[in-house]
Amino acid sequence: MHGFANPTRFLSIARPLTPILLWLGVALVAISFYMGLFTTPADRLMGETVRILYVHVPAAWLGMAGWTSIAIASIVELVWRHPLAAIAARASALPGAFFTTLCLITGAIWAKPTWGAWWVWDGRLTSMLVLFFLYLAYMALARESQAEAAAGRSGMSRIAAIFGIVGAVNIPIINRSVVWWNSQHQPPSITMGQSSIDPVFLWPMAIAVLGFSLIFGALVLMRMRTMLAEIRIEGRLRRKAMGASVS
Amino acid sequence: MMKLLGILIWRDLSHAYGFGGSQGAKAGTRRGGFILPVIFFLAVAAIYPFAVGSDAQLLARTGGGVIWVAALLAAILPLDRLVQPDVEHGFFDQWAVRGLSEEWIMLAKIVAHWLSFGPPLMLATIIAAGLLGLDAAQLRTVEAGLALGTPGLAALGVMIAALTAGLKGGSALGGLMLLPLAVPMLIFGAGSVLPDGENGLLLLAAASLVLVAIAPFAAGAAIRALRE
Repeated sequence: MHGFANPTRFLSIARPLTPILLWLGVALVAISFYMGLFTTPADRLMGETVRILYVHVPAAWLGMAGWTSIAIASIVELVWRHPLAAIAARASALPGAFFTTLCLITGAIWAKPTWGAWWVWDGRLTSMLVLFFLYLAYMALARESQAEAAAGRSGMSRIAAIFGIVGAVNIPIINRSVVWWNSQHQPPSITMGQSSIDPVFLWPMAIAVLGFSLIFGALVLMRMRTMLAEIRIEGRLRRKAMGASVS
Repeated sequence: MMKLLGILIWRDLSHAYGFGGSQGAKAGTRRGGFILPVIFFLAVAAIYPFAVGSDAQLLARTGGGVIWVAALLAAILPLDRLVQPDVEHGFFDQWAVRGLSEEWIMLAKIVAHWLSFGPPLMLATIIAAGLLGLDAAQLRTVEAGLALGTPGLAALGVMIAALTAGLKGGSALGGLMLLPLAVPMLIFGAGSVLPDGENGLLLLAAASLVLVAIAPFAAGAAIRALRE
């Protein structure tokens, strides 16, 4: 695994991989959207609004997968001190937060016609909202601690990793607590997915999930490359400044 | 080991309650720090009726939840005083030289913070319950919930204080980090006050225990990360 600790070797793989993931992802999403919009029928109960499923479900999946990758990268960073893991964790935060936001927005748009309100304190919606706040806290912490690390206190970059792991431990607890809270406050009548999803919808949805996941991977790789480039620029400027002061 | 932990707990407690003589002043921490969160807690409980009206039934129905929200907000207040002054004064380095690991120090800090945060809050809850018109049974449940939940809140507070101790904008960040992680305790704590919600107390104890279990390790790792 430490083979990829060398940024040059990582970049030699990441550079060609980024467009492959991106365009394959875009193609798969386009196929699933075409199927979702034109070839699949409207739902018996929810009508045409069911088509938002093909954005909503992948967004929800990637919102949670984003924090999972933060947690895994954080563990790799803390345990093996892998230098790229810190970058990978920070690079996953913004795409994860973006898809969590997308999930919340599409959820609200979907909730309006089906449940009659923009926001319902449904268990899934609420735990995604808490996850969104956790992302904001993580990103703020990562930015602040990275500023300190850049100022010479190298250990500070591990602060965000600790929070990433603590968050990952707590996310299932938050999810369960919200479900319990929901069942106490209102009858759990508003649950979707009780009637199992028809295979007609399942196929385009699976393709959409795969496609968005590939785009997510491409975004993370792009952000990692940007962060590595910034580190390089800083190092080069520092060397230049030192060379200037010596001569 | 137990003696060392006792010394550490006593030190933090005497800072918080202000009976440590000039020691607290020397360490640069304000003494009597326990009082501010309690006053803030009571202030939140007291302004709530101004916002929703003084209807006794409404207050009694929502009062338990308001007390829990107030407790959560009060837990944010001491965050920037819990760990940061000690980091600046090299307190952890001194103990590291003595061979005491950061995890043990953090455990002592959590115990001390709980003792200076939990019991005063539980006493203040009696007043808050009067202001919000809770009946005796509700007050008992809220007090039981706070007894189970404040250790978790104290552990969460110390952990987040340690994570933000090396940052400039740490105190503003602390609240943003604390609130989402405290959601389970808020839900179970406030839920236990509702009619037939006693099961909430068990879940509250579980959520609180998880935080107490992970906080010393997370906070200890954070202190070690600060050192590099």
